[in-house]
Amino acid sequence: MNQIANRQALCEKLLELARKDRDIVLLASDSRGSASMVPFVKELPEQFVETGIAEQNIVGIAAGLAHSGKKPWVTSPACFLSMRAIEQVKVDVAYSATNVKLIGISGGVSYGALGMSHHSLQDIAVTRAIPGLAVILPADRHETKRMTEALAAHEGGVYVRIGRNPVEDSYESDDYPFEIGKAVTMREGNDVTLIAAGETVRVALDAADLLRADGVGCRVLNMHTIKPLDTEAILKAAEETGRIITLEEHSIYGGLGAAVAETVVQHRPVPMRILGIPDEPAITGKTSEVFAHYGISAANVRTVALAMSGKG
Amino acid sequence: MNIDELRRKAVQIRMDLLRMIHHAKTGHTGSSLSNTDILVALYYGVMRVDAARPKWEERDRFIASKGHAVESLYCILADKGFFPKEELKTYSRFGSRLIGHPNNKVPGVEMNTGALGHGLSIAVGMAKAAKMDGKPYRVYTLMGDGEQAEGSVWEAAMAGAHYKLDNLIGIIDRNKLQISGTTEEVMGLEPLEEKWAAFGWNVVPVNGNDMAELVDALQAAPREAGKPILLMAYTTKGKGVSFAENVPHWHHHVPSDAELEQALAELAGQLQEIAGDRV
Ligand SMILES: Cc1ncc(C[n+]2csc(CCOP(=O)(O)OP(=O)(O)O)c2C)c(N)n1
Repeated sequence: MNQIANRQALCEKLLELARKDRDIVLLASDSRGSASMVPFVKELPEQFVETGIAEQNIVGIAAGLAHSGKKPWVTSPACFLSMRAIEQVKVDVAYSATNVKLIGISGGVSYGALGMSHHSLQDIAVTRAIPGLAVILPADRHETKRMTEALAAHEGGVYVRIGRNPVEDSYESDDYPFEIGKAVTMREGNDVTLIAAGETVRVALDAADLLRADGVGCRVLNMHTIKPLDTEAILKAAEETGRIITLEEHSIYGGLGAAVAETVVQHRPVPMRILGIPDEPAITGKTSEVFAHYGISAANVRTVALAMSGKG
Repeated sequence: MNIDELRRKAVQIRMDLLRMIHHAKTGHTGSSLSNTDILVALYYGVMRVDAARPKWEERDRFIASKGHAVESLYCILADKGFFPKEELKTYSRFGSRLIGHPNNKVPGVEMNTGALGHGLSIAVGMAKAAKMDGKPYRVYTLMGDGEQAEGSVWEAAMAGAHYKLDNLIGIIDRNKLQISGTTEEVMGLEPLEEKWAAFGWNVVPVNGNDMAELVDALQAAPREAGKPILLMAYTTKGKGVSFAENVPHWHHHVPSDAELEQALAELAGQLQEIAGDRV
């Protein structure tokens, strides 16, 4: 099992970039430890701004830094960065088109037993409703590394959500092209498509392996960018596989499943299932326990896929 | 309870919360030890609450604005009989109602907190309601000092003074530490007493780990008609456990078996000292 968390992969890459580009500024809200940013703070203290526990303030300050030519990367718990500061994100970042990278750490249910105040299961819904803001969930440490490079080269506001703990790799290496807004086909297949993002990509890959043994050809799309959405890949999947299942660590309202459904239903209606967290304060526990409880598991995806394809 | 009984109770609660955190392998050890004396003074010395009637209309209200320090609160509520003590063993387990921040499915917990900077606004609302209804209850809320960096704290501070809520007591656990280091390094707060006074509050400095001072200060409230009270409680984060005192990473560090044993031994020594005081 891989021991490197995505937040650590991000820190390493960002530090590497910031050594060369002195305009890169890291910001944290009494969260440098949980963001794994301590090495950055130690090495480049001049490129670090601490705001204390003040998520609205941190986004506003970042917008001001960006307006003055800096390249701010805000790291803060995903739950507070995405929701508590959402108006600053809307007005100061997106509307004013400032080049601010918002990195939500410990997203989804990765804060486990800390409860709903610390879960971010609405962040995709709110951030993707904001015009001009890109929304990205990298699957593993390899993708986090590639994404960090891509974001550094990208001009504009972005919300990224990453989890707290190391996740099993979905990619064998970081030697693959990462493009903002372009889904990655992780498995080929023509009976059903699984669309996942972030930590659910691994679950989708495991489900595809199970389904292969059942004789079901399962395509897996890693929709790392939820906005701008790769509608082309979705419509191709609808056309070629006729069935779609989405899988996400998010409320079933307004997230990846909703985004895919909006595209499918308007352009190429096919049967779809949306797997995610139902409309309730999520049960508390470890990520694996929560996922299992809500059927975000390879076994349950297999059951759903078999039923959809008439083989269940 | 007299002062010695309260002091003993605080030591026992510290033992309970350390056992609970150790068992669950998660929790905010330093933060909970920091505010145990304050919560014991409130729950056993000052506040009018009744475990048999958690929703009793006339009860005093307590809002744990620094919700991450939930362990001391859960241990106190269990000790007072709001729910069975056995249940503390389920803390943070899959599906438990004793989750890592105050959860109002638990009898005795008024509001769900955990996102910092919410408690004082809620307390203002409750204190205002008491005034509107002519009810005698008081509203207490405990904030962290790091939490003072949230702008919403100051919005609520303004409102509390504006509405002349002398039935509202804000308490700051001034342990001078947050997660990333000292408050003065992370986001300087001083002069904090003067800021609250300038916002129209009656500021009462107190040693927040001294039971006699705490009870005195809390019982004297309200002091001035029409003014909310801010108790600036100077405390030690990790209080009571020598190796955790004033060490930032004990904010949410979990004691090992050996550390638990040592901590319990130290606390047992403190119990004896208090008993010794009396004779
Ligand atoms: C809105 C919000 N931002 C961030 C956090 C994460 N967090 C939990 S405890 C804590 C530090 C609290 O420090 P302080 O207020 O000084 O309380 P102490 O534990 O030291 O008494 C932080 C940043 C949070 N719970 N809520």
